[in-house]
Amino acid sequence: MEKLIVSPNPHIHSKDTTRSLMLDVIIALCPAVLMSFVFYGWQEILLMAVSVGSCLLLEWAITKFLLKKRSTIGDLSAVVTGILLAMNVPYTAPWWIMIVGAVVAIGIAKMSFGGIGQNIWNPALVGRVFLLVSFPTYMTSWKEPHGLFGADAISGATPLGAIKEGLLQGASVQDIMASGGYDYGIMLYANLGGSAGEACAIALLLGFVYLLIRKVIKPWITLSIFATVALTALIFWGINPERFTGPVFNLLTGGLILGACFMATDYVSSPMSVWGGVVFGVGIGFITMMIRYFGAYPEGVSFAILIMNSVVPLLNRWFHQKKFGRK
Amino acid sequence: MSKHTFSIGGVHPHDSKISRDCAIQQLPIPPAVYLSLSQHIGAPAKPVVDVGDKVLAGQVIAEPGGFVSAFIHSPVSGTVKSIGPRKDLAGIPSTCIEIETEGDEWAPGIDLSDTLVTEIPADNKAIIEKIRLAGVVGLGGATFPTHVKLMPPPGSKCEMVIINGCECEPYLTSDFRVLLEKGEQVVVGAAILQQVMGGVPVTIAIEVNKPEAIKHIREVIGKLPYKNIEVMPMKMRYPQGSEKQLIDAVMHRQVGSGALPISVGAVVQNVGTTMAVYDAVQKNKPLVDNVVSITGDCFPNQANLQVRVGTPFRFIIDHLGGVPEDAAKLISGGPMMGKAVANMDAATLKGTSALLFLTEKQTRRAPETSCIRCGKCADACPMGLEPFLLVKLAKAGDLEQLEKNAAQDCIECGCCLYSCPARIPLLDHIRLGKAATLGAIRARAAAAKAAAPVIPSNAEGSKK
Amino acid sequence: MTSTIIWTIAVVTVLGALLALILFFVAKKFMVREDPRIDLVEKAMPGANCGGCGFAGCRAFAESAVKAPNLDSHFCPVGGNDTMAKVAEILGIEVKAQAPRVAVLRCNGECGVRPVVNDYDGAPTCKVKASLYPGDTACAFGCLGCGDCAQACSFGALSMDPSTGLPVVDEAKCTACGACAKACPKGLIELRPKGPRGMREFVSCMNKDKGPAAKKACGNACIGCGICVKTCTHDAITLEANLAYIDPAKCKLCRECEAMCPTGAIHGVNFPKPLDKDAVKARIKERQAKASVISSEAEKSQKKED
Repeated sequence: MEKLIVSPNPHIHSKDTTRSLMLDVIIALCPAVLMSFVFYGWQEILLMAVSVGSCLLLEWAITKFLLKKRSTIGDLSAVVTGILLAMNVPYTAPWWIMIVGAVVAIGIAKMSFGGIGQNIWNPALVGRVFLLVSFPTYMTSWKEPHGLFGADAISGATPLGAIKEGLLQGASVQDIMASGGYDYGIMLYANLGGSAGEACAIALLLGFVYLLIRKVIKPWITLSIFATVALTALIFWGINPERFTGPVFNLLTGGLILGACFMATDYVSSPMSVWGGVVFGVGIGFITMMIRYFGAYPEGVSFAILIMNSVVPLLNRWFHQKKFGRK
Repeated sequence: MSKHTFSIGGVHPHDSKISRDCAIQQLPIPPAVYLSLSQHIGAPAKPVVDVGDKVLAGQVIAEPGGFVSAFIHSPVSGTVKSIGPRKDLAGIPSTCIEIETEGDEWAPGIDLSDTLVTEIPADNKAIIEKIRLAGVVGLGGATFPTHVKLMPPPGSKCEMVIINGCECEPYLTSDFRVLLEKGEQVVVGAAILQQVMGGVPVTIAIEVNKPEAIKHIREVIGKLPYKNIEVMPMKMRYPQGSEKQLIDAVMHRQVGSGALPISVGAVVQNVGTTMAVYDAVQKNKPLVDNVVSITGDCFPNQANLQVRVGTPFRFIIDHLGGVPEDAAKLISGGPMMGKAVANMDAATLKGTSALLFLTEKQTRRAPETSCIRCGKCADACPMGLEPFLLVKLAKAGDLEQLEKNAAQDCIECGCCLYSCPARIPLLDHIRLGKAATLGAIRARAAAAKAAAPVIPSNAEGSKK
Repeated sequence: MTSTIIWTIAVVTVLGALLALILFFVAKKFMVREDPRIDLVEKAMPGANCGGCGFAGCRAFAESAVKAPNLDSHFCPVGGNDTMAKVAEILGIEVKAQAPRVAVLRCNGECGVRPVVNDYDGAPTCKVKASLYPGDTACAFGCLGCGDCAQACSFGALSMDPSTGLPVVDEAKCTACGACAKACPKGLIELRPKGPRGMREFVSCMNKDKGPAAKKACGNACIGCGICVKTCTHDAITLEANLAYIDPAKCKLCRECEAMCPTGAIHGVNFPKPLDKDAVKARIKERQAKASVISSEAEKSQKKED
């Protein structure tokens, strides 16, 4: 003992750090990432590596040369962004597209707002949406995957894309579903038409449960998204099953599970309070369904989350925690 | 597993009760004691002795300086050496009476025997006066004069006495040892409080990490002739021992902002205080010593010691083998709400519950990083506040918004800073914001009082 | 095709005229009459909105100045006398010139001379540190070194010097707005008149402990010995609570106190030549020898008169 340390209370701290929380998110993403490697093979591994690598490199370079601050890559948030970005891109996309995505995600959506904690929108989603509108061909085309270990699964256009296309041509939902041969059972674990993050619902849910058990996130946002999507779909499907797809289909397809479990629950761009989170989730669910049913794009989760991200400051102002001894 | 606990927030630090098996021992009397005149909430006491006076142990050396204030007694027999400023544990000078010890002779009328006196005097007023004269203050941390708590303002009615044996702070074991070794006295003390408050039910709240204490106190209650006293096992959770949280946990009632526990019909007393009430009423013994846990993972000779008030920290630590090599911080109290000691020559106060050594690794704060808006601080806050917001307001000095967001309700429990993954010194800043907000509220109340024409005389009393 | 264009033009013109009319009447009806001089005064201000004048910003200063009968309670420390002259001209009143001031640090307890006695680990701001305890050094009055003053300065005139642990004032940039003085929880920053050609003498210490305690706390502390008071021939130095203070209005910058101070707590700055302590001491000795002769004679004559 040299000199006594003096500080205000408390004198001990929990083991949670930004780094440990981000590490938990990475662990939670692992099953889905591994499944995507199995399904899509080396191409997916290359995309993931380029994405994570360029996100880390960019954040390091920006903090070092532009902001001239201590580097923040140690908190691993750039790794999370990189993984999520790669999971939002089809495995057929060229590798350099990930660099463009990383520049937008890290450079524009994250660091230009001041780095971690300051961004309004989820960086990975901004990156994805930028790629989607800039390179629509790469982002929506697909090919027969050559997975590792020759994994067998359905392949074809994404179910949502097929539905949109079919409806435009005047077919009914039932006909399209029948011709596509979609099976909910298989969709739960292998859904190969879209990007890596849409592939394996079970793996994503496994990660979500891990995050809940580790108390990294709270379930309210995710659950309210699922509930709203199911309810909205139920109502429209009930009205006209020829024109609108049903609740189970909508829950299992597209990026909904990835978005609801991992993107909407991003700390920085989601509301702080429970009720704010519920409203946030309801908004995402509803907007997603509106885009899916009536929009030009077959899928709307990314847009829905980004739109609701913009409302978060308002939600934080409107919804507060219940205070002790006050009504 | 008990489900009794408070409704909002809270954290679960490891309880680290490593000194739980150390029986209470007497610390030898130090060569000199130093008694601060402000070791209770309220006005400082006024000395009634002069330098050179001979005093006996248990003799009054300072009297209350106001209604909310307390008597101070000499814990030793000896000579008053000086009355003047002396640095407290933080290094801030406060007026102290220094007494040089000469033997251990007690003032007449004090019963020092171990015999249990179960018969409670009938006159409640006399009991409260005995408690007042014995200088009993709340030993749970706030050191609020106990007799003031026992005189509820007119119009309010006590419905339950809660004896706080939660000891929710990690490491602390002094209340646990008192419950285990002096359970009979604590239960008699509880019965005294019960009688004073009008025969209301008494709940002794003990967290489930102390099963021996729960079992023992239940047995003692069965043996003694009192009614309506029961033990409530509580779920482990910090800050269960905080007054407002404990009332919420036991009675499911929430004390409003700025209100006293009696406003929801509760009176809360700590185990140590209850023990002191027993000593004062049944034994005529004033509050001159208390049980202090000396502990820490790096401290080999952990102990629970009966220590005379005013004993220098250094004397206690040297008695147990000195400061360990790898200790980096000494805390008076628990690791969540205790005060870091800057000056080891400071002396114990009536409310000193523990001396805790932490290593550099356990206590050094990691560098602050950016807020990631995870909301863990808001989840942890037992008052339902939003520390991430308050810290910004406090830094900006926005008193209006601070008050609107209830900064004045902060109980400074430390849960926010404990749980922050970005290690932002939330409480450090919020504490200042809270003080400024309270100042503004008080100034406004004073201005309103000055502006009001005539105040009805009973309104004055109910504020106390 | 032509008719579409004509119709569009017509509709847009009518609509524009209608909206213009509405705007015109609304502007008339809801116009706020404001003293035009407020804008003029605000324009004359430096526009830093630093609050150094005691008002919320330059606009608030202007609003108040326009209403005030004279400018005695208004002074813009940033703009100084030039700005105030302009303001006075706009308002058509007289203003007295004030001596330019500068922030001066009254602590010189550098790292080497002031022992660090504990290790502060709380939030790195002076405000939090001061609310917790007297500080991590032996001196309870000295600089806490977390740089709240540098943070408070909106002119970049204050910076922390890592080698001394104390803030440094850049005189060229300091506008004497007083933000740093307000930010310092120990009250160590004083706004002093700059002095002729920037020359000034001041006691760079706030330690009010008695001599031995002060000396133990910091090697550069004012120990309240009073030698400076005895030395000063201009009656400029007072000693209160073991701490000397030099009144800038009375100080003649002779530097005798600085030479005599046993701890070096008195600082003289911006003097053209470094202080030759021995020469000054010799001068004082000579004068005192003379004075004792005179005073003993005077005493004698006094006695005779009695």
